Amino acid sequence: MSHSNADAGARPSYLEVSGRRTGILGWILSTDHKRIGILYMSLILGFFLVALCIGLLMRLELLLPGPTIVQPNTYNALFTLHGVIMIFLFIVPGIPAMFGNFFLPIQIGAKDVSFPRLNLASWWLYAIGAVMALLSLFTGGGVPDTGWTFYVPFSLRTGTNVPLAVLAVFVMGFSSILTGLNFITTIHRLRAPGMSWFRMPLFVWSLYATAWIQILATPILGITVLLVFLERLFGIGLFDPAKGGDPLLYQHLFWIYSHPAVYIMILPAMGVISEIFPTFAKQKIFGYKAIAFSSLAIAFVGYLVWGHHMFTSGISDTSRWIFSLLTFIVAVPSGIKVFNWVATLYKGAIEVPPPMLFALSFIFLFSIGGLTGFVVGALATDIHIHDTYFVVAHFHYVMFGGVGIAIFAALLYWFPKMFGRMFRYRPFFISWVFIFVGFNTLYFPMFIMGWLGMPRRYYDYMPEFQIWHQISTVGSWLLATGVFIFFIYFVKSLRAPRGAPDNPWGGTTLEWRVPSPPPAENFIEIPTVTAGPYDHHGEGDV
Amino acid sequence: MSTATLHEPHVHVDATGAKIAMWLFLFTELLLFGGLFLAYAVFRTYYPADFHYATTTLSVSIGALNTALLLTSSLTMVLSVAALERLNRRLSVILLGVTALLGILFLVNKYFEWSAKFHHGLYPGSQDLALHPDGEKVFYGLYFTMTGLHGVHVLVGVGVLVVILAMIARRPRRTVSVPIAAPTALALQGDGGPLWNQAADVQLDAVDVTLVYRENQAVAHRQLIKLENAGLYWHLVDVIWIFLFPLLYLIS
Amino acid sequence: MEKKELMPYGTYIMIWFGLLVLTGVTIIAASLHFGQWSIMTAIAIATVKGALVLFIFMNLKREERLFKIMLSLALVTMTVIMVLTFADISFR
Repeated sequence: MSHSNADAGARPSYLEVSGRRTGILGWILSTDHKRIGILYMSLILGFFLVALCIGLLMRLELLLPGPTIVQPNTYNALFTLHGVIMIFLFIVPGIPAMFGNFFLPIQIGAKDVSFPRLNLASWWLYAIGAVMALLSLFTGGGVPDTGWTFYVPFSLRTGTNVPLAVLAVFVMGFSSILTGLNFITTIHRLRAPGMSWFRMPLFVWSLYATAWIQILATPILGITVLLVFLERLFGIGLFDPAKGGDPLLYQHLFWIYSHPAVYIMILPAMGVISEIFPTFAKQKIFGYKAIAFSSLAIAFVGYLVWGHHMFTSGISDTSRWIFSLLTFIVAVPSGIKVFNWVATLYKGAIEVPPPMLFALSFIFLFSIGGLTGFVVGALATDIHIHDTYFVVAHFHYVMFGGVGIAIFAALLYWFPKMFGRMFRYRPFFISWVFIFVGFNTLYFPMFIMGWLGMPRRYYDYMPEFQIWHQISTVGSWLLATGVFIFFIYFVKSLRAPRGAPDNPWGGTTLEWRVPSPPPAENFIEIPTVTAGPYDHHGEGDV
Repeated sequence: MSTATLHEPHVHVDATGAKIAMWLFLFTELLLFGGLFLAYAVFRTYYPADFHYATTTLSVSIGALNTALLLTSSLTMVLSVAALERLNRRLSVILLGVTALLGILFLVNKYFEWSAKFHHGLYPGSQDLALHPDGEKVFYGLYFTMTGLHGVHVLVGVGVLVVILAMIARRPRRTVSVPIAAPTALALQGDGGPLWNQAADVQLDAVDVTLVYRENQAVAHRQLIKLENAGLYWHLVDVIWIFLFPLLYLIS
Repeated sequence: MEKKELMPYGTYIMIWFGLLVLTGVTIIAASLHFGQWSIMTAIAIATVKGALVLFIFMNLKREERLFKIMLSLALVTMTVIMVLTFADISFR
């Protein structure tokens, strides 16, 4: 069976098989999940770079006190756009859209997702939402200056183009929902014979848990932004205190989605790490079931903690200690995962090519982010550091140091499989050094200045913060250098000669049993699975 | 034909998968309206007296009529599905049409209701409403948002029902005409066995005829899946109204 | 090849009638001014009506267990969100 699937190398791959149309239409109208994954990748990575540049501009402004390169209103628009693009166009779709689409069907032994045309629709909705968000730059009053959180009452009053921006978020939310719907159905219905739930790769488990959050949390965002839209258009008045509304209700509704959203971001990233570690330690993952159940636990408990974004907003004391307690609890399954990943390395035959190097740094950076989460999650300390740079550092460590680094790791890990080519290690080792050093130089000082009282979203500051801002800005240049090196060589490697091996890393999950790149239909014969996903050494190999 | 019901032919159509997907979509609708119900609960807690008063300005009769319309449309919807399960296309299409009609009547009622409110100046952003207490302002904001969003869903539902109605009403297209040498009564055997033309004693091409029978089954099966799932959506719209009605019209 | 037993037309019609009756009950109960209890009664009756539509019209009663589990997940999530929000609202 595996022989015939590997022999499929003679068949044209998904890169060559266009379907009914050719050229660009063969891509943007394709229902092949692999092509859709690549379509997402091109837009998502593009937007990442755009938002990164905006971040660089922000850091440049903060190099010196007072106006440096932009006016205050522009600075507000910059951090809003940076947040909106990074969150809604990059991280939330992120791994599920790029790698979930590409690898979910292959990892479960299916030929495609349950609803390929719906999958294409998801991409189109994403693209349309992105266009709408960018249009807000040039229409209405320009890009919103409210921050990506669109807090009322300012978002109701500001002259900037909040309506278009929130409508764009609504459309992209729909894209996210449809992807989640597709993935849940696919995982329930299209697993290969013999692939029981506990033989699925952990990446698939993470996509499953994530998909449930996408289904159950995103609609709350939908109704929230819809209400903001209606309030601006028709003066409905649910959030406007002048009309008897409750601005805190907005915050509740907003964070009821946006906290689970961070688990939409991190769970697939954790899934990627769960794939990479066993491959490069050459042994099976430690505590498979614990990790699988932890994913579900994180997804569920993640719904219970949103109030920790509102500790200083005026909510009741009762709710504050409840949310703080729940926040501490939600850290437990994440901690279990970190222990299990590290335990996977124990007595392993560890190799560290670039994907593994990025994956290892995930552990370090995500842990710092997670541990500082306790500082923000504890009531007494949060009063002190809420809305300061401490929070900014915390979430950048988990989102960038966590999810972002995992995306770099995944891009390298699955590169040979997706494109049939191999990259040279050296440029990526070099990029890693810049990224790692730059990242910590950029964000660690933020813990310090936040602790010292530097508020976030401020475009000016007191002299005592200047040194920290300057170190941070230099860090941003180092980080950006590393990221640009990464992407330059990523693109260059796309032109490397074809002929990458089917299984360059010795991975054990199903995607490594099909050719690099895979044929359009993934499998000539659907495999029958007889072993766990990380069983090395031929124990009950498929 | 003795077997008057539909059974699943061996075609690659994942009925369960489609059903899972529709239920998942329904959950998103539940959560979408759930946010509004949460807002309602919050504001009711803040402004019990104002909500009490504002409820009395809504017409219970129209609300009750609308409830009856939607409940009946749910009945005709599920009967339509039952009819198609029994391969009674005609009845299924008629019932589907009635369902859509009831949905339209619901919307017509809503139009009158809303017009009355506009006429009295009781709409968000109006100057009249600005003079009312805060709680009433919020109530009307919720009233228009919740019934408006619900109405949009009814409208979309009617559209979907009409599309499916057209799909079922059209004859299944994959018919194959079987040439017959001489007029002979065609007897279709349940197992699709060969037909014999008695005059020429030639075995007619029975395979094609069997294909027609199975193709019809397959087409009807696919249509049934779509109809069932559309029905699920329609019932959800009904369930949402089942909760909206007492909360907005009755509680005082 | 599954040949599930079909629900008779009559059953659906009976449920519909029950739904109409319950609607009437709700309206009458509302006019009886139970005060605090009226909201509970109204929601309780609505829940029964919703359950009838869910289980009979939407066929949840006869579907695989998976569907019931999934629905419970959605309802539990919704409930949890409401309860936690009221941890703030009720205690401000």
